[in-house]
Amino acid sequence: MNEDHVRNVVEAALLAAGRPLSIAELAQLFDEDARPTTDGLREALARIAADHEGRAVELREVASGFRLQVRAEFGREVSRLWPERPQRYSRALLETLALIAYRQPITRSEIESVRGVSVNPNIVKTLMERNWVRVVGHRDVPGRPELLGTTRDFLDYFGLADLDDLPPLAELKAMADLNPQLVLPVAVEGVDGEEPLLPALAPDAPAPDAPTA
Amino acid sequence: MTRPHLSIVPKPAEDATAGEGPSLPIEGNLPLQAEMPFAVVQGEPLTQLPRDLYIPPQALEVFLEAFEGPLDLLLYLIRRQNLDILDIPLADITRQYMDYIGMMNELQLELAGEYLVMAATLAEIKSRMLLPRSAEATTDEADPRAELVRRLQEYERYKQAAESIDHLPRLERDTWVASAPSDVYRPVSSLPKVSLQEMIVAFREVVARAQMFAHHHVQRERLSVRARMTDILATVEGDGFAEFTRLFRAEEGRMGVTVTFMAILELVREGLLDLVQTEVYGPLHVRRANRPPVRAVPDLPAEGAAAAVAAGSVEDDTIAPLPDGLDDDDLDDDLDHEDEGIA
Repeated sequence: MNEDHVRNVVEAALLAAGRPLSIAELAQLFDEDARPTTDGLREALARIAADHEGRAVELREVASGFRLQVRAEFGREVSRLWPERPQRYSRALLETLALIAYRQPITRSEIESVRGVSVNPNIVKTLMERNWVRVVGHRDVPGRPELLGTTRDFLDYFGLADLDDLPPLAELKAMADLNPQLVLPVAVEGVDGEEPLLPALAPDAPAPDAPTA
Repeated sequence: MTRPHLSIVPKPAEDATAGEGPSLPIEGNLPLQAEMPFAVVQGEPLTQLPRDLYIPPQALEVFLEAFEGPLDLLLYLIRRQNLDILDIPLADITRQYMDYIGMMNELQLELAGEYLVMAATLAEIKSRMLLPRSAEATTDEADPRAELVRRLQEYERYKQAAESIDHLPRLERDTWVASAPSDVYRPVSSLPKVSLQEMIVAFREVVARAQMFAHHHVQRERLSVRARMTDILATVEGDGFAEFTRLFRAEEGRMGVTVTFMAILELVREGLLDLVQTEVYGPLHVRRANRPPVRAVPDLPAEGAAAAVAAGSVEDDTIAPLPDGLDDDDLDDDLDHEDEGIA
């Protein structure tokens, strides 16, 4: 019964707040003598999450805490509540943001060297105004360029609990993988039916254990 | 399971003809060249010529501006032809790249210097590849394209990462924080409307107080409403709130407080300030308005009020030139008082 109470208070608070609440904030809601432990709160949150299984709303942990949010699958329909389209961000802005997110702390010139174009100051300004990006320090080189990093608001906005939640970066293929191809003409001189001398390069092609007959 | 590698064997003849096609360079004839003949793409035989090597200029115009830079353009050229990024046919790509650059020039698109640097880089790599290399060097000496490939891959990584970020469910686009706010727990904060009368009453108090300071030193300086507006905004900037009466410096005398009052009215009219009252008959507060400029206090006839308050001493109904319009008599009055006070 007490557990039900904790669960309901937590759910009520999440709904009343309309913003993410941390475990510490949730604990503060209870009288000192009736305050649930962190584990108790996590359990309550787990129950809330389970209760919302299959519903329009889900519990999600983001950087600032837990929040109840509309499931993204209904986003298309729900967004029609508002006549204006949600803001679209340019590729330049998203690429700049991606570099800051994955490579933080990063200077403007480092962003430039990866993108091959100079950083548009308006983009950085927009990112800062949205409070997604902030100056986290200065690199100790001449000119002391600003080091940019992402904020908690950025994680909240994109529904991430921490930076590890970012989509994984693509693997870099090494140039060395190319070398087998260079000797291919030699291999081609082999006769039909022989086992290929080279491991296949295409990922879906059979590996060295290709059929021998 | 088929054996794709074996199917390469009968192809060379066909590929050779393909290599002589009008739009394709014959790279394969140079034995030590690192570029592959068109026979093999990612270990797969190429059965037909790519048909999309040419883009009509009209189409170009549309998306030339869409490129995020030379790397993006280069990547596009490579991907469009399904070429392996690790094995770029440089001569071909360089030529296409230069076609685009020429096109950009023709269309008088502002060509960023980065594009030209890349063109030079491509030509430089190509020329280095044409130099013969000794047999043993082919393995351990770095491919001249390596640095370019590294940059392209690095850029493509973050380009894809940017797309992934764009696909993340995002607040206000894909998801919204659920809330069921209950007014029961919220303090009711319906602020009373501030009427012009109340403002005038408050102002009158200030004026009354100002008169008590009539003998104090008055700076003989032009009091500009504009400058005062800036001062007031700066005052409100910090904590966001200021008590109405505290914005006035009674020492400035009647003219000073009038200018301040005009400045407040003007700021309210421009929607930069809000006047709020936490309770009926409570003290007036001035707050920096956050919303877009709308008339913060409806029905507030700013000019009229100003004229009324300044008791006929202001003829102009424009605000800016007021200090001049605010006749010198007032100032002189004050100065006279001052003189008396000193004497």
